[in-house]
Amino acid sequence: MNTSSRTPWYFLTPNLVIFGVFTFLPIAINFFYAFTGGVQLYPQDRPYVGMENIATLLDCGNYWDISTCKKDLFWRAVWNTAYFSVLQVVLMILFSLITAIVLNRKIIGRGFWRGVFFYPVLLSPVVVSLIWKWILQREGLLNAVSVAMGGEPTLWLGEAEWAFFWVSFVSIWSQMGFYTLILLSGLQAIPADLYEAGQMDRASPWRTLWRITLPLLLPNMIVVGVLGAIRAVQTFDNVFVLTGGGPGSATMFVVQFIYQTGFQEQVRLYGLAAAGSLLLAVALIVLTLIQLRVSKANSAGERAK
Amino acid sequence: MKLLSFFTATRGRQRLDWTDWLTYSYLVFGLFLMFGPVLWLVASSFKTEAALSEFPPSLLPYGQKSISVPGEDKPKPVYRVKLADGSTRELPELRRIGLTATYADPARPDELIRGNIKDRVPVREFRLATENYTDLIGKLDFGTYLWNSVFITVVATFLTLLFNSMAAFALSKYQFRGRSGVFLLIIATLMVPPAIVLVPNFLVITELGLLNSLWSVIWPAVATPTGVFMLRQYMLTIPDELLEAARMDHASEWQIYWRIMLPLAAPALAVLAIFSVMWRWNDFLWPLIVLSKAEKFTLQLALNAFQGDLITQWNYLLAMTVITLLPITIVFAFLQKYITQGIASAGVK
Repeated sequence: MNTSSRTPWYFLTPNLVIFGVFTFLPIAINFFYAFTGGVQLYPQDRPYVGMENIATLLDCGNYWDISTCKKDLFWRAVWNTAYFSVLQVVLMILFSLITAIVLNRKIIGRGFWRGVFFYPVLLSPVVVSLIWKWILQREGLLNAVSVAMGGEPTLWLGEAEWAFFWVSFVSIWSQMGFYTLILLSGLQAIPADLYEAGQMDRASPWRTLWRITLPLLLPNMIVVGVLGAIRAVQTFDNVFVLTGGGPGSATMFVVQFIYQTGFQEQVRLYGLAAAGSLLLAVALIVLTLIQLRVSKANSAGERAK
Repeated sequence: MKLLSFFTATRGRQRLDWTDWLTYSYLVFGLFLMFGPVLWLVASSFKTEAALSEFPPSLLPYGQKSISVPGEDKPKPVYRVKLADGSTRELPELRRIGLTATYADPARPDELIRGNIKDRVPVREFRLATENYTDLIGKLDFGTYLWNSVFITVVATFLTLLFNSMAAFALSKYQFRGRSGVFLLIIATLMVPPAIVLVPNFLVITELGLLNSLWSVIWPAVATPTGVFMLRQYMLTIPDELLEAARMDHASEWQIYWRIMLPLAAPALAVLAIFSVMWRWNDFLWPLIVLSKAEKFTLQLALNAFQGDLITQWNYLLAMTVITLLPITIVFAFLQKYITQGIASAGVK
């Protein structure tokens, strides 16, 4: 190649400039905000406060009892997010696994059925939330059905437990198709001769599932779990439109806490919001490292096969 | 008989066994659960405001029947009225004072009939309230929101394709010092979701004077690690000989990129274009922060703002929601295969 060694850099420049200005520079500035106080946006007006923001967020008499925390709303959000994420991961794996197994059977029109389960993935979180809000409202379809069956109308989004249930449900409804695709491609990669061998040994379908399908699908299920957790920890749009974090703070999650603290309140505490982002980043880095670990182990396992 | 066997036969075996029944039951249940809510939204969006406030709701859009009466400029609502002589007739209501309504007899317009409003029920007919949609055009600055969304989606997708393919070209077809470093750096940005840098990015946008400008949503979005990664992997499969041949013919490096690389990478570019359209059309959190003026709202922001209003005008909100999901639905209907394959291979959404 006799081209100038600078040529590739010309091609890279637009991308690198954008990444620099909107990703790498902000990471650095985020630290600055996290360690300064006040309500001013411009850096020169912000006094240095050291660890105060982070300490305020972490200040708790007893981490299991939210009422002893200085920022109880933050801890409510942390616990909600943690509970929500665990629920998401378990249920997401369960339902997308069932769906993937069903889609992997010999069925007529597989492409169509795959599309059916995938369609909600493409819808915007705002649209998804409005679709369900319309069904769940006081005079909505669900209450009509429950009244027709002799029940009482319920404020599905107005009672803490129900609101949390529906937030989780809608989130699984809208994302399940994506994880189903991952598991489906994992299922299709399992060699058919394993199943033939199982049939020859007259293994029951149950036994085939437990002894062949699930063990071989385990790496894919872990990927689904970690990706689901990374997504769940950052949940915002769906919930924000569906319940606005309510009733009270029953469905308040960490990203919404950051958004409210930094952008929605009258007094905008940028420092506190940035400190919250830092703590969220720590959680995400841990999850991403797990993911890298798992995918590395997976590819090592595949080479060994 | 033949038709029945087509539906009941499975490939391989001749008869359906219980696991097949279970499979199809699950699929039909899934169809109901996944499409049902969307269909309910679409059906509801064609109901009149009055029909929307009914409980229990009717399954299909019904509206009160109305007919025009000679001598009146507006069509009048029709009621089934129980008359004094015990007979029942369908009559248009001319006016109502207190509990007494006055009806006209369309056959004999001069003759007016009076009756108590408790002796009547509205006559309903199947009617699509298309005014929910047509009214939107003039109302609520709907056109502005639509334009904002379309502008952001189109411009950002174009720039995404251009910038990411340029970077991918450099990273796949040139040997240079720092290549793997740059590649790793770009991939590392996958770990920095927008939710983490909200505050500092807000400062950057403010300093650049882009607050409340559509470009504040476009610029941060046009360099995507996913896009660079996908395009690079694809370009690696394009043989270098093609580029060498073009260099022999004294083509400039830009020409090689523009005239040879881009056309050859079209399939990967198409997948990225679909992704980008989806991402930008559905964006919410970042626009929510940087676009606070109503005239800069995207459709998603407008939907959010209206549903938060004290009195929600559901008939317009539902119609607007349908319009918002329409482009994605159309894209999906035609490109389903490519989207699912693209997502399965890239492993990202």
